Amino acid sequence: MVSQDLYAQLRGVVVRRRGKAVLGPIDLDLSGGGFTVVLGPNGAGKTTFLRVLHGVERITSGSVTWSEPAKTAQQGQAYVFQSPIMLRRSVRANLAYPLQLLGLPKTEIAARVAHWAARIGLSAALDFPAPRLSGGEQQKLALARALIRRPDTLFLDEPCANLDGRSTREIEEILREATQAGARIIMTTHDLGQARRLADRVLFLNNGQLEEQGAADNFFTAPKSPGAAGFLNGDIIE
Amino acid sequence: MSEIWAGMAEAFLLIWSRDADLIEITVRSLQVSLSALVIASAVALPLGTWLAIRRFRHRRLPPVVVGLIVYLLLSRSGPFGVLGLLFTPAAMIIAQVIIITPLIASITHQAMRELWSDYHDLLISLNTTHGQRIATLIWDGRRTLMTAALAGFGRAIGEVGAIMIVGGNIDHVTRVLTTAISLETGKGDFALALGLGFVLIALSLMVNLAIHSLSRTEREGRW
Repeated sequence: MVSQDLYAQLRGVVVRRRGKAVLGPIDLDLSGGGFTVVLGPNGAGKTTFLRVLHGVERITSGSVTWSEPAKTAQQGQAYVFQSPIMLRRSVRANLAYPLQLLGLPKTEIAARVAHWAARIGLSAALDFPAPRLSGGEQQKLALARALIRRPDTLFLDEPCANLDGRSTREIEEILREATQAGARIIMTTHDLGQARRLADRVLFLNNGQLEEQGAADNFFTAPKSPGAAGFLNGDIIE
Repeated sequence: MSEIWAGMAEAFLLIWSRDADLIEITVRSLQVSLSALVIASAVALPLGTWLAIRRFRHRRLPPVVVGLIVYLLLSRSGPFGVLGLLFTPAAMIIAQVIIITPLIASITHQAMRELWSDYHDLLISLNTTHGQRIATLIWDGRRTLMTAALAGFGRAIGEVGAIMIVGGNIDHVTRVLTTAISLETGKGDFALALGLGFVLIALSLMVNLAIHSLSRTEREGRW
């Protein structure tokens, strides 16, 4: 167990695939609410890092300890994947699915579904097949399906990749509302503009190593590591 | 050639007049094959889905070998001889279940593997139990599973070798469409053979149309 200020501790976390280390070793204490943005070049290990935190990626060695027992912690988490995964069901059924797994009463499920459908502008499409929505609508639906459970921690892997400006703005608004409601968000992004707009803290990964971490203002104005400085300059990082 | 045309004309007459033998054989065929389908689907659909989220290598036996094995198991000197099932519709159902269960399970397995690879991360992330995963895959893949079941039915209703061995083709007891066609052709009674053949073709066409229409709704994403 970790102290109450911290919500998670990573100690010596290493992920290897086919004998090659793709992440770590990483030692890290995670604390506080708001937005934690994971930055880094392609192949830096951002997605693997996020999946390790959520417990969907098996670690080769080390440990991830949450302030709550692992099972309770995972029940309070939700994950939105870079390519939204739509159940082959209607919009309504996609939104209701995680609540049905929790065994909530039907009236409660109907109320939350109606609220979130309205919030993402899909009230008129509740009975429309989710896999036939546009990319932006699918991403918003995936986000709503994650938030409908009212998670303590929300993991987002490139939530606005390939989306137009309008969809990006709508998603960022929803994310801000979620943090104001008390959720903590840990997200990866390629979009430095988005990172500057949202981040309270930044974790900078490069070649599977955590090269830098700290308050967003400090990171963007005075990065300490050469890798982070180069990344912010737009250099090609190898 | 004229004999065949005369046989065809007589066959249509048998169907039109709802010949008692033709109806009896058709109804028995449907009873046997639908019973086998229900039992095989109850086993194969969850099994194929469960195997989709695990690793599975399957083998299929040639139907005549299945018939031989069921015959040996149910024959008087076999381990289940005491049940007296040989040459009864029950023996035919058992043989058909053994033949079509691997077929339905393997089509289910293939389809569910694709669905599982789509859903894997989401269902793991939502902390679903094994049972919830299987239920979700079965529900969302229900059209494909119906297609698998229909393919099993098509296979069962058209089976002749194993059915002949374990059923014995006994008139008014175990005679079904395929065994009757085989017998009547041997006797040179083309009218009844063709009449039964038309019924079998009509059933196969209905199964194929149902499969086609199901896969069209799947492709078009209709619900």
